[in-house]
Amino acid sequence: MLRDALLVAAKDLRVEWRSRVLINQVAPFTLLIVVLFGFALDADTATLRDTAPGLFWVAVMLVAVLAVQRGAAIEAADDTQQRMLLSDLDPAAVFLGKAAGLFVQLLVLEVMLTAAVVVLFDVSVGEPLLMVASSVVATIAIASAGTLYGVLAVGLGVRETLLPILLLPVLAPVLISATRTFGDAFDRVDADGWAWLGLLGTFAVIYVMIGMLAYGVLLEES
Amino acid sequence: MSATAAPAPETDSPTIVTGTSSRGTRALAFIIAVGVPTLLAFAFFISPEDDVQRDAVRLLYIHVPIAIMTYVAFSLTAFGGIMFLYKGSRWWDTTAYAAGEIGVVLCGLTLITGSIWGRPTWGTWWEWSDVRLVTSLMLFLVFVGYLAFRRIPGDPTVRARRAAVLGLIGAMQIPIVRFSVEWWENNTLHQSSSVLYGKLENMTLFTWFLGQIVVGAIFLYLLIHRFRVAWMEEEIETHGLVGALEERRAEALVGVEQAVGGTVEGRISAVKDV
Repeated sequence: MLRDALLVAAKDLRVEWRSRVLINQVAPFTLLIVVLFGFALDADTATLRDTAPGLFWVAVMLVAVLAVQRGAAIEAADDTQQRMLLSDLDPAAVFLGKAAGLFVQLLVLEVMLTAAVVVLFDVSVGEPLLMVASSVVATIAIASAGTLYGVLAVGLGVRETLLPILLLPVLAPVLISATRTFGDAFDRVDADGWAWLGLLGTFAVIYVMIGMLAYGVLLEES
Repeated sequence: MSATAAPAPETDSPTIVTGTSSRGTRALAFIIAVGVPTLLAFAFFISPEDDVQRDAVRLLYIHVPIAIMTYVAFSLTAFGGIMFLYKGSRWWDTTAYAAGEIGVVLCGLTLITGSIWGRPTWGTWWEWSDVRLVTSLMLFLVFVGYLAFRRIPGDPTVRARRAAVLGLIGAMQIPIVRFSVEWWENNTLHQSSSVLYGKLENMTLFTWFLGQIVVGAIFLYLLIHRFRVAWMEEEIETHGLVGALEERRAEALVGVEQAVGGTVEGRISAVKDV
């Protein structure tokens, strides 16, 4: 199963690498969000520093929606999904592979976003380990939920408008927890970041499990 | 929803449905027609005002039953989805859809009545730190998405399968969101369950109980009607397509006949003779 998952992940990342959509379009959009937050909050560094954890994760959510939509568009084109079914791969492995591909893409964007937030919002990272750990765990949760909802929207004419309203409410608990861990890592709030990390881990496990169980049902007839 | 609805257009459907009401729903309607004025009389005049909340407590006789029925409705959506995946029956899928739609309406009413009640009691329309408010809003948004998904035209079976997964994840959000939000601020303005802790006096308890029955009856009434409407909608969707296809085929046949002269059957037999 792991080998199948790696195959699917490698395929998705290869498509991404050859098209360069992530680097040429999504990455600049990520930077643009950070700059817009700066304008919206009146370029007040103190406010930006305080709200940086929340802004960071809101930016990640928005970018995740874009990445999921892009993945769904690739799936819809050339009947990729039917071919995947014909390939006789285990649906759970396909899910894991697609989620892993999305995870890598989002993580690359988060690294860039972190640099932007640290430089532009003048944030100092008090606990780098907590920050890295919570990024990884939260991104697993986002990538799993995103992959699952991506396949729900494949083949629908209204995918672009539908996906955000389906996906974002489901990601709200991740947003809440990740904002807390980052708040602690940036020394902005008096919260126990490691306890919140445990909660994030629970969400990640739940979404991965649901995805592995439900993906086959959705893949079958879509 | 009238008892004597117009006859359904002729289709190939074996069952011709002429309306969404039945003896059962008319009985329910009667209970509601008597129950609502009685509930209002008890809530506004007969039950005593609260020592702390004063008259604002009267809104709770509606707010609490509606909130409870919201949970019932969304649970039914999730359950219907599971049953559809398990049995593949359209009946369960339609039940899930009907319950989801009424659930969204009830959830919206819960938010509105809660907000109106919160203004005099807490002094604010909205309180971010309150767990139940935030949870209810998230629930509302999740199921608004569910309904948006259900309205997309397409293959009914594929849609039902996807909707079943969506409804299930949506209902699972209740404990998940609640859990996270509870930790988030670790406080709530909501009182703990008054009913369970036996804090209510006789008259208050009775009024609440009456409210629960009336709102439950309204829910059931709407559910049955919505189910029947959804069922008929899908009949039209399926049979409408079949009918349209047959019409197009007939048109095409006439077109061919005009082009070649004479009937198609005649031409075929002529070719056979040759």
